Amino acid sequence: MVYLKVFLVGGLLCAIAQLLIDKTKMTPARILVTYVVGGAVLSAVGLYDKIADFAKAGATVPLIGFGHLLAKGARSAVENEGLIGALTGGLTASAGGISAAIVFGYIFALLFNSKPDHK
Amino acid sequence: MQKSILDKEEYIKFAEHRAKRTNSVKNTAAAFIVGGLICVLGQLLCDLYMMIGISEDTSCSLVSISLIFLSCLFTALGWYDRLALIAGAGTLVPITGFANAVISPALDYKAEGLVAGMSAKMFIIAGPVIVYGTIASVIYGLIYYICTVLF
Repeated sequence: MVYLKVFLVGGLLCAIAQLLIDKTKMTPARILVTYVVGGAVLSAVGLYDKIADFAKAGATVPLIGFGHLLAKGARSAVENEGLIGALTGGLTASAGGISAAIVFGYIFALLFNSKPDHK
Repeated sequence: MQKSILDKEEYIKFAEHRAKRTNSVKNTAAAFIVGGLICVLGQLLCDLYMMIGISEDTSCSLVSISLIFLSCLFTALGWYDRLALIAGAGTLVPITGFANAVISPALDYKAEGLVAGMSAKMFIIAGPVIVYGTIASVIYGLIYYICTVLF
């Protein structure tokens, strides 16, 4: 049952992005930026926590969940450390993902070469 | 005269319209299925990590890291981009798409050097995501701080 919710919500978030690409000619980079900022806003107004409770990985794996993570980090850092938390919280919460992307990206780019059919 | 025969121009317009619509439906369905499945994989990993006694928060971070690892590996092997041709946003929107956006230009610009090529180009797409995400989180943090002081 949980897996069905994960699949439906995760799939829906991707389908919306595909529709935006097809209908509005938004570039993928713009979609990603919109999703991250949108996730931060939804998190700020308290909506995304509910969506994440409902859909679990269906809400946290899409990049909109990355925005939620940033906003959640900023909120809890402000609660614990005061004003400085506004600057430290977001990136601290997302540090694992960003570092992983940099490190794994670097290592695999060193080890492999661009594929001929790679666009 | 009945309009049963379309002239050439009208026909091209009609065909393009139909092609666009079917493509869009197909693209959206593919994005839905593949994106949904990537999320299900994330949930499977999360349950697996929690089963071996890792806390929920840590499991959640580990899921992101695992998916990023897999995405980098599959992009390097050339598989992820082949899947992306079919799945479109289904491979873009999950965190795997973010990792793909980091490693793809790194692979493409490797020939231009490890610093000015590979490392500099890593953030062509991921950079704006981090920039706007960070700005949004700082603005929210400030607003939240002001709210906690005032109320």
